[in-house]
Amino acid sequence: MSAYWYCLQGIVQREWLRFVLQRSRFFSALVRPLLWLLVFAAGFRAALGIAIIAPYDTYITYETYIVPGLACMILLFNGMQGSLSMVYDREMGSMRILLTSPLPRAFLLAAKLLAIALISLLQVYAFLAIAWVYGVQPPAWGLLSALPALLLVALMLSALGLLLSNGIRQLENFAGVMNFVIFPLFFLSSALYPLWKMREANEWLYWLCALNPFTHAVELVRFALYQRFSPLALALCLGLTLLFAVLAVLTFNPQHAALRKGNA
Amino acid sequence: MSALQVEGVSFAYGQRQALQDVSFSVAAGSFSALLGPNGAGKSTLIALLTRLYDLQQGDIHIFGHSLRSAPRQALRQLGVVFQQSTLDLDLSVQQNLAYHAALHGLSKREALARIDEELARQQLDERRHEKVRALNGGHRRRVEIARALLHRPRLLLLDEASAGLDPASRLALNQHVRQLCAEHALAVLWTTHLLDEVEHHDELLILNRSRLVAQGGVAQISRADANLAATFARLTGSEHHP
Repeated sequence: MSAYWYCLQGIVQREWLRFVLQRSRFFSALVRPLLWLLVFAAGFRAALGIAIIAPYDTYITYETYIVPGLACMILLFNGMQGSLSMVYDREMGSMRILLTSPLPRAFLLAAKLLAIALISLLQVYAFLAIAWVYGVQPPAWGLLSALPALLLVALMLSALGLLLSNGIRQLENFAGVMNFVIFPLFFLSSALYPLWKMREANEWLYWLCALNPFTHAVELVRFALYQRFSPLALALCLGLTLLFAVLAVLTFNPQHAALRKGNA
Repeated sequence: MSALQVEGVSFAYGQRQALQDVSFSVAAGSFSALLGPNGAGKSTLIALLTRLYDLQQGDIHIFGHSLRSAPRQALRQLGVVFQQSTLDLDLSVQQNLAYHAALHGLSKREALARIDEELARQQLDERRHEKVRALNGGHRRRVEIARALLHRPRLLLLDEASAGLDPASRLALNQHVRQLCAEHALAVLWTTHLLDEVEHHDELLILNRSRLVAQGGVAQISRADANLAATFARLTGSEHHP
């Protein structure tokens, strides 16, 4: 048991060291959601009224509404970026060292996903701190109650990223896939607008948003930030995390690329 | 008990056969050289030995542990230096070693003690806090050897470890590994396509076009020819030896 713990520590520490060495990554991850919060939300504040919807008990500002979605945006980008780094490791050869570990491959991958998720949480809380200073202030205890929700969402999105990366042979191809995944996931969700507004505009789009896993990730975090609980969101996020993680582990096979290429 | 026992291993990439019914053994505490021209199947064999690829046919035992049925126990006995460098260039020597120690389940205290030991053995103690990026090729290879030995394996596998090094560094690395083999009863499988890295007292394995075409002592294998180069040229059909 202790061998597993030391291995997990080592993997998390390595991700942390690489993160610290790439400080620009920390700041660039914050720029995107802050632009949305400080610029986009301010511009659309007058145009977009938010009716009272759960978990809010009163009318809220647009900025308040989009903060959970922007927090999940950080997790989405980081999850995909973390898996991009795994494609890079595979190409550069450092994945081989991970795989020479005598510990089970499933554990190694799960540890890697957890490491990526934990690093993402740091960025999310930095964003929430800035949002707090800006005036978006969920209940203080909500910041704590949101932690498990944020961790679950981070794991779900990292597992999805790993699953996608298993099918990608080259680094260049993965970057393109990210654009076809990240932006549809984000825009076809409740991150920027409540779904009832989408339904008013287009029934098809509404259902796409309603079926989008990212919508439920955002709602899970939204409710948790206000110390409320969404059973549907939790069940879906938990189920999808397990599904993506299991599929990612089952489809992870370094020799697939070589077999496809027919190369030694 | 053999350090390494390869039994009837075959592997194909789709229609292309990379290894055909390869069987050999490496004795504990011995230095064995796996020689073969480019494309012979050496890298595929390494990938199978390190469990990067799954076995399709045959089995591999490392100190009696099967890679099929007991991969964890087998991998515990194996240290690997890959042809392509796998060090994190932006981390320090110590950080790279600590990561590897953790992957093998060593506690931080134990890892530090072994890192001290291996860095002293590789004469890299003064460089432990330097970024790997700042080291030359020869030193990076030594770091990789130190890393491969951290968990105290009994079999060290080096896949064209001297690739990219200048001749003097290649020779120094080769001699260094031989010294480790002799002093610590470490079994070594050294793969290469360069004949000058093979010495007359080595156990030799020659791989060509997916098949093992020779196995035995260098003197025994090259008995019928003027020298090892001629033997290699005859067995592999190459006009010029590497």
